[in-house]
Amino acid sequence: MSTVSSHTRSVIIIGSGPAGLTAALYASRANLKPLLIEGIEAGGQLMLTTLVENYPGFSAGVMGPDLMAQMRAQAEHFGAEILQGDVSAVQLSKRPFTVHVDQSVYTAEALIIATGASAKWLDLGVDKKLSGRGVSTCATCDGFFFKGLPVAVVGGGDTAMEEAIYLSKLATSVTVIHRRDTLRASKVMQDKAMSTPNISFMWNTEVVDIKDLDQGKVTSLVLRDTRTGEKSELAVDGVFIGIGHTPNTALFKGQLAMHDNGYLRTHDGSRTSVPGVFAAGDVQDHIYRQAVTAAGSGCMAAIDAERFLSGTLHESTHETVEARL
Amino acid sequence: MASENVKTFTDANFGEEVKNGVVLVDFWATWCAPCRRIAPIVDQLAEEYNGKLTVAKVDIDENPMTPSKFMVRGIPTLLLFKNGDLKETIVGLETKDRLAQMIDKHL
Repeated sequence: MSTVSSHTRSVIIIGSGPAGLTAALYASRANLKPLLIEGIEAGGQLMLTTLVENYPGFSAGVMGPDLMAQMRAQAEHFGAEILQGDVSAVQLSKRPFTVHVDQSVYTAEALIIATGASAKWLDLGVDKKLSGRGVSTCATCDGFFFKGLPVAVVGGGDTAMEEAIYLSKLATSVTVIHRRDTLRASKVMQDKAMSTPNISFMWNTEVVDIKDLDQGKVTSLVLRDTRTGEKSELAVDGVFIGIGHTPNTALFKGQLAMHDNGYLRTHDGSRTSVPGVFAAGDVQDHIYRQAVTAAGSGCMAAIDAERFLSGTLHESTHETVEARL
Repeated sequence: MASENVKTFTDANFGEEVKNGVVLVDFWATWCAPCRRIAPIVDQLAEEYNGKLTVAKVDIDENPMTPSKFMVRGIPTLLLFKNGDLKETIVGLETKDRLAQMIDKHL
């Protein structure tokens, strides 16, 4: 763990996924001596992935955790300071902004928010209560416990397909439960999942309950046909939820402008509704949500923060950003 | 690197080891990425509570019986025992402060 010498910084970055670490890389190379607060899910969503095949520069792919370790080392190499801790509150109404981390308070003239997004739960209540008891949002973490057992995956996007394919190698059967009759997942992932013999699909179906709270473990799912309303039960030992992500913006409620879905609003690059506060990565992007777009926007936020601090951030951004080598 | 204050429990000695005092057990595996995030926090807790709290790890690949007995079906999971009784279960990631608050309740 790094020691923090000073509690006042020109730039604080919150979050340690590709956006936060790229912002830290650029800010440290601009001599801003950034402090990055990594958060409870250090390294971000890529820490839970296996082979990443679409990050440019790695023709054979790169393991998600290895990529994050490299980004972290690169930022630290140029002097970024990384603090282990989770931000509990921020105050953005006046500068310097204050950031509370556990018992300590840090202040900064500019803030880069890269808190990302976390896996969404079903909103049944029972799913969180049975978390670690058969309900999971991470197949690569928890799939191990379901060797030779039947499981279900909820969702129809790439995350759900990736989980189903991973689990098909461990579980006896994987039932994909999806609310619609078509998948949102990319063609490559769909084809992979559909050609796996022990993956089956239940279309137009939603989960209305998970049993059995009394036994403290998952024994079955109560399902409902979205067209007929008919209920059924599916016996499984595990259920993996892959229904998307929710932005980590609770800290900023009432302080920064957000879209209806909770994602931060940005304009003219990475600017939020408060001058001096910039946002990058999934916390402000519900459309692309890629490691490379997150990294790109982290770079933008660092350049915007640097210009803000030097008083050269203009209202319009029609000027050309010179190459930084 | 794991702190020297962190013990390693196995299926063979688990019941005996949690019998006395307050014991925090971290269930983990080499392939579990989130486990690597909580490991340094567990190490720090072992340092800070040295003498008051026993801190141990169980590798679930090598010791399948114990996680199964306590219905651990996701890792990282932390279990807190007091004189052999299971008092707290923490699934997934948690901050050091919140873990410390939870431990303090049982000391």
